[in-house]
Amino acid sequence: MEILVCIRRVPDTSENEITLNADRTDIEREELVYSINEPDNYAVEEALQIVARCGGNVTVVTVGGEDDEEVLRREMAMGANHGVLLSDDVFGGSDGRGLATILKTFVRKGNYDLILTGVQAEDGGAQVGGMLAAMLDYPFASLVNSIEVGQGKKLKISREIEGGNKEISEIDLPCVLSIQTGINEPRYVGMRGIRAVASVPVPIYGAADLALDPGSVGATAARVKRVDYFLPTLGGGAEMLTGSREENAERVLELVAAKGGLK
Amino acid sequence: MLEGSQSHAQLTAWLEQGRVLFLLIHLLGVAGFAYIVARRLIPLFRAERDLRFDQPLARLHKALKFWLGQWKHPRYPTAGTLHILFFAGFILLAMRAFTVLIVGVSPAFVMPGLSGEAGRVYEVITDYAATVVFFCMVIAIVRRLVFKPARYEVPAKFGKAHKADAVFLLALIAILMVADSLFEAAKAAGQAQAGQPVAFAAVLSLPWLLTIALTSTSLPTIGGFYFAGYLLHEVTFYFLLCYRPFGIQFHVETSLFNVYFGRLNKGTLKPVKWGVRDEQLDQVKSFGVKTFEDFTWKHMLDFYSCADCGRCSDNCPANAVGRPLSPRFLTIKARDYAFQHYPMFGKPGNGQALIGSIYSEDEIWSCTTCGACEEECPLLVEYIDKIVDLRRGMVDDGNVPQSLQKPLKALESRGNPYGKMEKKKADWANGKEFQQVCRVKTLDHKNGADTLYFVDSITAYDDRMQSIGRATAKILDHLGENFGILGAAEKDSGHEVRRFGEETLFMALRDHNTEAIQASGVTRIVTADPHAYNALKHDYRDMPPVEHISQVLAREVKSGKLKFNPVENDGKVYTYHDPCYLGRHNQIYDDPRAVLDSIPGLKRVEMKRSRDRSFCCGGGGLMLFYEPKEEQRIGVKRVQMAADAGANVIVTACPFCMVNIEDAIKVAGLEGKMTAIDLAELADQQIALLALKADGVPEIQQECVTRR
Amino acid sequence: MARIFAYITHKSGVADDSAAELAAAARKIDASASPTAIVIGAGSELDSVCSTLLSLYAEVWKISSEAFAHPNAELIRKALVKLLPTGSMVLVAHEHFGIDLAPGLSIKLDAAFVSDVVGIDGLEGSSLKLVRQEFGGQVSAHVHCDISGGAVVSVRPGAFKPLPSTAGDGAVVDKSSEVGVLSAGRRFIETVVAEAGDVDITKHAVLVSIGRGIQEKDNLGIAQDLADALGAAVSCSRPVVDAKWLEKSRQVGSSGKTVKPKVYLACGISGAFQHLAGIKGNPFIVAINKNPKAPIFQVADIGIVDDILEFLPELTNKVREMRGVTAK
Repeated sequence: MEILVCIRRVPDTSENEITLNADRTDIEREELVYSINEPDNYAVEEALQIVARCGGNVTVVTVGGEDDEEVLRREMAMGANHGVLLSDDVFGGSDGRGLATILKTFVRKGNYDLILTGVQAEDGGAQVGGMLAAMLDYPFASLVNSIEVGQGKKLKISREIEGGNKEISEIDLPCVLSIQTGINEPRYVGMRGIRAVASVPVPIYGAADLALDPGSVGATAARVKRVDYFLPTLGGGAEMLTGSREENAERVLELVAAKGGLK
Repeated sequence: MLEGSQSHAQLTAWLEQGRVLFLLIHLLGVAGFAYIVARRLIPLFRAERDLRFDQPLARLHKALKFWLGQWKHPRYPTAGTLHILFFAGFILLAMRAFTVLIVGVSPAFVMPGLSGEAGRVYEVITDYAATVVFFCMVIAIVRRLVFKPARYEVPAKFGKAHKADAVFLLALIAILMVADSLFEAAKAAGQAQAGQPVAFAAVLSLPWLLTIALTSTSLPTIGGFYFAGYLLHEVTFYFLLCYRPFGIQFHVETSLFNVYFGRLNKGTLKPVKWGVRDEQLDQVKSFGVKTFEDFTWKHMLDFYSCADCGRCSDNCPANAVGRPLSPRFLTIKARDYAFQHYPMFGKPGNGQALIGSIYSEDEIWSCTTCGACEEECPLLVEYIDKIVDLRRGMVDDGNVPQSLQKPLKALESRGNPYGKMEKKKADWANGKEFQQVCRVKTLDHKNGADTLYFVDSITAYDDRMQSIGRATAKILDHLGENFGILGAAEKDSGHEVRRFGEETLFMALRDHNTEAIQASGVTRIVTADPHAYNALKHDYRDMPPVEHISQVLAREVKSGKLKFNPVENDGKVYTYHDPCYLGRHNQIYDDPRAVLDSIPGLKRVEMKRSRDRSFCCGGGGLMLFYEPKEEQRIGVKRVQMAADAGANVIVTACPFCMVNIEDAIKVAGLEGKMTAIDLAELADQQIALLALKADGVPEIQQECVTRR
Repeated sequence: MARIFAYITHKSGVADDSAAELAAAARKIDASASPTAIVIGAGSELDSVCSTLLSLYAEVWKISSEAFAHPNAELIRKALVKLLPTGSMVLVAHEHFGIDLAPGLSIKLDAAFVSDVVGIDGLEGSSLKLVRQEFGGQVSAHVHCDISGGAVVSVRPGAFKPLPSTAGDGAVVDKSSEVGVLSAGRRFIETVVAEAGDVDITKHAVLVSIGRGIQEKDNLGIAQDLADALGAAVSCSRPVVDAKWLEKSRQVGSSGKTVKPKVYLACGISGAFQHLAGIKGNPFIVAINKNPKAPIFQVADIGIVDDILEFLPELTNKVREMRGVTAK
């Protein structure tokens, strides 16, 4: 099976403190640590496991600049056979639809049976996968937490719905799936693995290579634009207690009892 | 040995008809043994290289101390005494055994140097030796069958019991002694019957007893026993010789070599591949041990040399709390794998993955690298290198538990397992209140110092452990040391990163720190973290001398420069817990104790398991992130040991020990009854700020020393 | 101003709570607009859903067919594309169905798409001014969306105060016949219900809920002690289940259980919206977290910046003192 996984390089929220830059147009990026978007990593691991069972290749693709190449290499170190960077100045400022458009043109160049994305990016809207599927007229399923390769060109998938329940469906190939975290246990990739793929070439495709009309992507085409960032009011909702630990515990107990919290 | 050619002729005659048979047995036995040993050596020739031929004098010393001197055996007094006795017996009996064997084919043979008086003395000695060995075997068998020491038991998951085989072998040795004694006794009885004077001075020995029993029988009967004794001896001897390589008794042959080739240095690890430099590692296809043949020949020799005594597992903290690891079975399973895949006949098979077949992943991740197993093993079997190599193999395959992937990733991107920002590394020293008391300078191109205080990750970032950092800084300040820290330029020492098999990441951390340390121009390093101490001392190269704060304190106490205020008489009983990487791996046992004992009024007790028998707290570094399957926390066991010793304060000298012990105090429900304190914290607390001037008049020392 | 539609999900004949929230969101977009609710399903249950919706929406479009017995986003999208006039605005709830439906719908309608909206500042010409969050809720962003070609907007559950019901005089319009025969590349097989755990957290009035701040499995006892003292149950957020420290049945959140307790103690929980989505009924929320910037403090009633490993035992002692039980 030929599998394409769309990945994204994002700031690592668990290891960073997110603050805003001086003019609030962006977050302060200077001391940020970046890594692959966590759900995307699960998607790549899932692709690798499927290919290990059924044969085939895994290609990882991202839209960005040269900084983004590092996540491609990391996933290649994990086992992906090919990595591709889609990069062009005109891509800058694309909204979700723009990203999906760019990815669509790349998909059309190849012959992929299965396309995976992560369910959502840290700075994203859980949209690219669904949009891409609609643009390609492929069936789509989101929040996938289990994939079984069936007979013929079909998959049996499970989606995560409310209450911990699972919705089981059958889906035709080729299709697009957005993958939820926890679907598997991704293998470890260390510096050694990344060094081993350091010299593998990563092709870069621009708008011309993809036969993409620049007017359909980028800031000019974006219908959704972020105007600025702001910090939500800190503790705005809660009354913050400022006493000693003992005093705080007493106050909490008082309030909880008053609200009927002690049986 | 015999006087009188008459008796000699008689004895020769009794053995005459067996000569061909004896010769045949000799040939079969020796050829069989040679073949078996050759087959056993095959995997060693397929193994990885191991550089063990250096420093012959040091190795000889080890052989004398640990092999001939049986140095480690008395750690378990009963078994140890028994073993020393029958080991000595074997050594003494060696020449007698050979003489007896040869005599069956060449009756006139006498061992060179053992004719005449020397021979008689030797005979007496060996008569007693055989007796002692015999009774040792009987006692050992009784011990196995009746008293059944716990460490010999085989948990169900590791297969069937080894008891039958053990008793069988012990019995065979006993039979060998009886056969030999019977042979000697028949000889003496024959001489007596023939009217020869018997110079038999080994009264109450086994041969002596048997001689008495035989003296009254007829000469032909004696002849029969003589022949039977000989044959039994020869057959038993060769049976044992050829049987030993099929089980734990192979250690009889391999022990000398295993000890000679044993490790000479502690604290460090084997490189990924011997003879391959760091720069060449990128070309190495596979890291670590994945198949049996990835072990080095010395590791394989270890597997052959294990005597199944169980002392290692008996002292293993992971085993004690029910984790899947038992060092003894790590070795036994590998040995059984070797026996199975390298059989006596047929093509040797190889290449099977060890993890998932004989070993489980959790088994290998469970080890805290405390070194108790290696400290205990009388045959110097090594464990830590093998565990690290197996981990290297798993890391190479991407097979790392999710719980460890997060801190490893944080170490890669932020240089510490918590993922905290580099710029906050010195925050522990930058609180306003602390700066009034002690200013800690960060070394850079403007600020230099003689001494570097290497703080390492946990002390720098953990809210609780930061107090150890502050205490250490205050001590150095009080002692007038010109010191500084690297601050944001300091990354994790990488000590556990290396021991968890991530060699590449370790090298990156090591190289970064090495550059920072060398650029700082310091001539000495002090740390309060034994893991950092061990890394800088053993894993890093080209470092200035490194000391642990306990060594600094002990020296200044001894010189009289450092004095402590007495502790209050509040019923506190202190006990010192030896951290593994300060104690066992670096043999620093006395300095911390000297410091404690110099504090007036401090009542100190010793736990049963202390010094090189200290019981690991549970492990540090990445081990704090790993989620093992266990029945109990390792630290809880240690805290109970402290309570059993009558202590209510545990003093330790390692931040990881502190984490585990304080945690264990809570989990064990001993809050309020037991506390823990770091040596540096205690010393800082008790430092007397009054020092005597030359004329004996007290002078108040400056508390606040500003350095810029 | 284009027509505003709200896609309403439902279960067992009951409309989802988001129905009232979407109505409120529509009001914020255009106070004068009269949004239309769309309900798709099968059977008589659909009728009861429609009638309740009339108290919130002036018009309700009903599409009933056996093909829609189980909500299949692929099929439903095709139906909507057939029915919706060009340039419409569609609101959906940002939960598992909305995530499945909305992005693809926006492409097929050639409309703009904004997801997980938490605030609406109004309309300026054809620019809709919205508020979203990024980076796990650590920062908010003002977003402008060009709705000249229509828009699909998914709304965060609980972000908008539900519109109160009114006695409506609206109508239910049956659009079933306009949909035609539909097929999709994805077909529903079955729903697997989560295994019942040992404790049903939905039945407890007080929950001690733990998150990543519990740090390791061995610390669960600290939470259980407090729960025992209070007569409460221990629940948790997703990371605790992912780490396999508690079973899935203890998870509160959009992919876990929905709870309606009186008192909710959020201990070491950051406050990601997927978790908060599982808390309904406006309980009294006490949040304890080491990080003063944790988003949970925006929604809690009482906030304490502290380490739960220290604070919870203290609280447990206080509870025991009050009950007259000596601390262990």
